[in-house]
Amino acid sequence: MDLQHTQSPAVQDYTPELRALLLDYTLQLADTSLILGHRLSEWCGHGPILEQDLAMANIALDLIGETRSLYQYAAELEGKGRSEDDLAYLREAVEYKNPLLVEQPNGDFAHTILRQFLFDGFHFFLLKDLQNSPDQRLAAIAAKAFKEASYHLKWSSEWVIRLGDGTEESKRRLQKAIANLWMFSGELFMMTDTEQQLAQAGIIPDYATLLPQWEAHVAKVFAEATLEVPQNVFMQKGGKTGRHSEHLGYILTELQYLQRAYPGLEW
Amino acid sequence: MSHQKEWPLWEVFIRSKQGLDHKHVGSLHAADAEMAIQNARDVYTRRMEGVSIWVVESRNIHASNPDESAAFFDPANDKVYRHPTFYEVPAEIKNM
Repeated sequence: MDLQHTQSPAVQDYTPELRALLLDYTLQLADTSLILGHRLSEWCGHGPILEQDLAMANIALDLIGETRSLYQYAAELEGKGRSEDDLAYLREAVEYKNPLLVEQPNGDFAHTILRQFLFDGFHFFLLKDLQNSPDQRLAAIAAKAFKEASYHLKWSSEWVIRLGDGTEESKRRLQKAIANLWMFSGELFMMTDTEQQLAQAGIIPDYATLLPQWEAHVAKVFAEATLEVPQNVFMQKGGKTGRHSEHLGYILTELQYLQRAYPGLEW
Repeated sequence: MSHQKEWPLWEVFIRSKQGLDHKHVGSLHAADAEMAIQNARDVYTRRMEGVSIWVVESRNIHASNPDESAAFFDPANDKVYRHPTFYEVPAEIKNM
């Protein structure tokens, strides 16, 4: 990667254009982790066994922790006095920038596992690279989240193998999840204008370099799970530019209800 | 096969610090050893309790029989001479 900046300037030293790009990108990462974390938290108390109930709650908390750091940074970049809570709870659905994959419903356990697996691979390779970003805040957040994401990827990969190479029923359910969710995997790697400009500035990786790593990991896990990697699937997109499926509205209704009903309420 | 098979039970041992022993902390269900270690990580090390995990399938642990505890353990009660503190150390011996 050709880094144009070797020293990270403080937020106030960035040009307004760069700040706007970084704000847009930081919000996108934050929204993605928030929505997926919220989805996983819906399993709390409903997991197939106690141990997996806890595992999903742990991962949800990891993601929401990462979300908080990112929203805090976004609030600083924006510099308009909005807090992390304002950004999480008081924006409209069209302002959310998460990819469509993470807002898809939980479905059954296999469906949740596959959604997690497709995301975890992307998250893992992105954070691995982002740790070296010349933007020190993004680099620091990525370094902390990378350790967590490494475990998430291990967890979801092991489950894909066990369900795929498990019983007839577990395989059938996982194959159904692949048929439902694969079409949302492409958007993770489609770069928005913001991402392209940040990649050109050397602040984030070019996702074209992440895709082959992700594909290699998926191929390895699917082979062990005796599953076929789908070919030539039309990829859905839109979430990263604010065009969401109907599901996001329902998530935000639940997520934002308290702050909307009782503005400024604190625990 | 009318009902689902239960996953086997595993006993979990955690070492809290380098240099200490692994201690039994509890048990859990898992399909295999790898999953048992992951489950143990998620269930038993959430609050920084450990640096190392062992798991062993419960059926591989053979235990002494509680009914035989009298025959097993009581005879040691009156054999104080088995404790090193029973013996006086001669004055000439330093550094015990």
